[in-house]
Amino acid sequence: MSLIEEIDFGTPASKSEAMVTLTIDGKEISVPEGTSIMRAAMEAGHQIPKLCATDMVDAFGSCRLCLVEIEGRAGTPASCTTPVMPGLVVHTQTERLKKLRKGVMELYISDHPLDCLTCGANGDCELQDMAGAVGLRDVRYGYEGENHVFAKTHGCDNDHWMPKDESSPYFTYDPSKCIVCSRCVRACEEVQGTFALTISGRGFESRVSPGMNESFLGSECVSCGACVQACPTATLTEKSVIEIGQPEHSVVTTCAYCGVGCAFKAEMRGEEVVRMVPYKDGKANRGHSCVKGRFAWGYTNHGERILKPMIRERIEDPWREVSWDEAFSFAAAKMRGIQKTYGRDAIGGITSSRCTNEETYLVQKLIRAGFGNNNVDTCARVCHSPTGYGLATTFGTSAGTQDFDSVEDTDVVLIIGANPASAHPVFASRLKKRLRQGAKLIVIDPRRTEMVESPHVKALHLPLMPGTNVAVMTALAHVIVTEGLVNEAFVRERCDWSEFEEWAAFVSQPKNSPESTAILTGVDPKVLREAARTYATGGNGAIYYGLGVTEHSQGSTTVIAIANLAMATGNIGRPGVGVNPLRGQNNVQGSCDMGSFPHELPGYRHISGDAVRDQFEALWNVKLNPEPGLRIPNMFDAAVEGTFMGLYVQGEDILQSDPNTSHVVAALSAMECVIVHDLFLNETANYAHVFLPGSSFLEKDGTFTNAERRIQRVRKVMTPKNGMADWEVTIGLARAMGFEMNYSHPSEIMDEIAALTPTFAGVSYAKLDELGSVQWPCNEKAPEGTPVMHIDGFVRGKGKFVVTEYVATDERTGPRYPLLLTTGRILSQYNVGAQTRRTDNVIWHSEDRLEIHPHDAEQRGVRDGDWVRLKSRAGETTLRAEITDRVAPGVVYTTFHHPDTQANVITTDYSDWATNCPEYKVTAVQVSPSNGPSDWQKAYDAQARQSRRIVPAEAAE
Amino acid sequence: MSPDRLIYMANQIGKFFQSQGHDKAVPGIAEHIKKFWDPRMKRAIFAHLDAGGAGLEPNVREALTSLKQATSLRAS
Repeated sequence: MSLIEEIDFGTPASKSEAMVTLTIDGKEISVPEGTSIMRAAMEAGHQIPKLCATDMVDAFGSCRLCLVEIEGRAGTPASCTTPVMPGLVVHTQTERLKKLRKGVMELYISDHPLDCLTCGANGDCELQDMAGAVGLRDVRYGYEGENHVFAKTHGCDNDHWMPKDESSPYFTYDPSKCIVCSRCVRACEEVQGTFALTISGRGFESRVSPGMNESFLGSECVSCGACVQACPTATLTEKSVIEIGQPEHSVVTTCAYCGVGCAFKAEMRGEEVVRMVPYKDGKANRGHSCVKGRFAWGYTNHGERILKPMIRERIEDPWREVSWDEAFSFAAAKMRGIQKTYGRDAIGGITSSRCTNEETYLVQKLIRAGFGNNNVDTCARVCHSPTGYGLATTFGTSAGTQDFDSVEDTDVVLIIGANPASAHPVFASRLKKRLRQGAKLIVIDPRRTEMVESPHVKALHLPLMPGTNVAVMTALAHVIVTEGLVNEAFVRERCDWSEFEEWAAFVSQPKNSPESTAILTGVDPKVLREAARTYATGGNGAIYYGLGVTEHSQGSTTVIAIANLAMATGNIGRPGVGVNPLRGQNNVQGSCDMGSFPHELPGYRHISGDAVRDQFEALWNVKLNPEPGLRIPNMFDAAVEGTFMGLYVQGEDILQSDPNTSHVVAALSAMECVIVHDLFLNETANYAHVFLPGSSFLEKDGTFTNAERRIQRVRKVMTPKNGMADWEVTIGLARAMGFEMNYSHPSEIMDEIAALTPTFAGVSYAKLDELGSVQWPCNEKAPEGTPVMHIDGFVRGKGKFVVTEYVATDERTGPRYPLLLTTGRILSQYNVGAQTRRTDNVIWHSEDRLEIHPHDAEQRGVRDGDWVRLKSRAGETTLRAEITDRVAPGVVYTTFHHPDTQANVITTDYSDWATNCPEYKVTAVQVSPSNGPSDWQKAYDAQARQSRRIVPAEAAE
Repeated sequence: MSPDRLIYMANQIGKFFQSQGHDKAVPGIAEHIKKFWDPRMKRAIFAHLDAGGAGLEPNVREALTSLKQATSLRAS
């Protein structure tokens, strides 16, 4: 194994189809028009020396090292900024160029420290490489004059010298090593889109400056790492590299945070991770990353990780460390005992959207074939289950229609109930890049999110009241239909015309107009009309949505309304358009694909279908139950009722993540056996009887499927610290329960998935190794996968329009609960925070805060930073207030990353009509000043402390 | 399971289909419950139906009646 290094072509690829032929160093080469001479030379295999150029950003032409000579042209132009022309004859190495380059390098080095041996970038420094490449042997100028290198010159303080900025927990900024190539500044602008960096001053005074000469931590920097990656010297360096040294080998793997699914190189020294660097050939992220994937992997070896299996009879007892065998047989005896007493359907399990496809597949197989029922569900229940229902109903498939590259062809972006800048940051960066090129943006969200306003991006914002998505979507459809903006040719060809007519008649009713619905939605009808016209007529229109759509009583209805809108405007079936759910967890798409829902076998096929069941029964050699099983909220209800008594939870913290915490507590307390399989003693483990330690994504092989349906490899880079990969743990439990599973490697599990699932028929580890990744459907018809779906027709045949009547949620405001609470995420933290809270990311967000509008705060006597009591019909908690006009009057907002805040004590049992996806996004609340934690919070904390006691295993004799 | 919660859920499904008119709504509701409810939930709502079905909207009641008949026919 060796270090994987992608080729740096110096300047970005040209998309032109016209080819240009020229001669470089005697070699004839054809490249797309618009390619730089630098890139063309690299493609011909000749590397022109360079410092300020890198192919992640546009050419800049400042370092003067990449000069070339062109026959018939005067001077020595910079090859990075000079485009190819037909017939050019270019020389990249001549006596004149050698002399010039050596002179340039000599000047650079004359103001650069010569501490190469002890420098963090030693072995990975482009300045060092270039000094070598041009044959620099001597620096004639000395170090006596003005410089940025030494703190003191001639015994006096050197005004040009600046100390290291070590404020970021993850990287350092050492100004003395800066060559002012501005790669970091351009990466921040062009790749990330944050514009946190600039070059301040001129000439010799030029410095990289975060914000207005602030520290990195104090500036707008979002710590995505693009600047660190772009830096050719040790000016910006990962602290882990400074501490450990340069990596010696690397392995390409997939990030375990959000549904964007960024490909990373895990750069290693032995079994120690030195750093995670985004992989340029990753098709989801194209070489970019965010603070979580790039830096927040320290949780994988956090001291609180549990590495030994543990059991206990009662949840009041302390945990007892035991061997794997004892844990498995204890768990198996309990589960089988429950089935004996309460019936076969009294146990079930939850698959993890954080685990691999292979692991998820095994858990659902264990439940369906081993437990003998279909009581399997996954966290998608509480996030994107309405997507599954809504898109299957209208299009015939439960997934997004595009790849992320599609955004490069989009003209109008419509974002509903999603905040990619916080929750899907790498996609947000790709989107913002397109917006800066001129694409238009519409944001439908109760809150003025980071997407609404960011550098060079200004959205048309429709700030709706929480819970009125369907009314807004139907009003958009009203405008499109009544103003004659429907793409009739598309609808006639691709969709069921009579269903369309019915739908068109419905949306045209005056009650659905923007003017009539404004009283419910709070959206200015003029702005809504403008948004509808822009989406329908602005060119390629793409819809991206998130949990602000699904987590409502009418979540599925809104998904259907979104699909209706895309079909009516013909925005389906080609690059640049489509309907794209932004998936929360890394493998939530995959866990749904793998048959994690109680009514569906892998590949979204209903369990009642005899033909499908036959196939699985033949291969698994068992009889399957044809009736759907319980969904997560139904499991809780059944537990309280006493008919559901045992649960195996893999990689999911239902106690913290599911709504109405006291109901979840009641359900978990009622169960006789709760098995938690996780990295940490999470909140759910407080009510568990068996704890099976999990393995991190660095410790196992498998695949994740991201929001684009892209299946990517997860590769093992170290031995599991707990001794077993998660798939092996599930096999151990299954065997103890008398259900034999035989796999020696996850690739064998994938082969079984491919054999049973038509959309995965062409997927194998060999193909993934060869192509890097594939998007399902991947089968005989599409051997290399399917980037864009529904190209010539919908999967279900004709696209189906469905009438979407607005039904107000029963969660209403009133005199006692006059405000609406909605929830969301923040960039640095991830979901329940189990991972990110155990990293230095807490520096950015150490607690959840309640955002409240100044008017609402003033009425209640709440000042910024005060403790407030947040009370709903379900429960109450306390947290600190942040006064902001990002939220409208009447709306309050918080994140849910910290267990001590317990935002879900507040949320209610209301759920989506079709899927029981909880209504997290609308809760009627009251806010009042408070002195500190509520009684619930204190009692919860005491229980949690009590429950986490561990008695270590006796030393072996 | 608690009939109140199941009645609420069934009526919620009913509300979605209501605007499609009676003839589409009744089979739509029945199909949805058939596809997504676990047997103990179906048994509980059928028991509630037998006990008079208080609180069920008319379309929902009709859908459950037909689903119950179909289920018992298949079982027999």
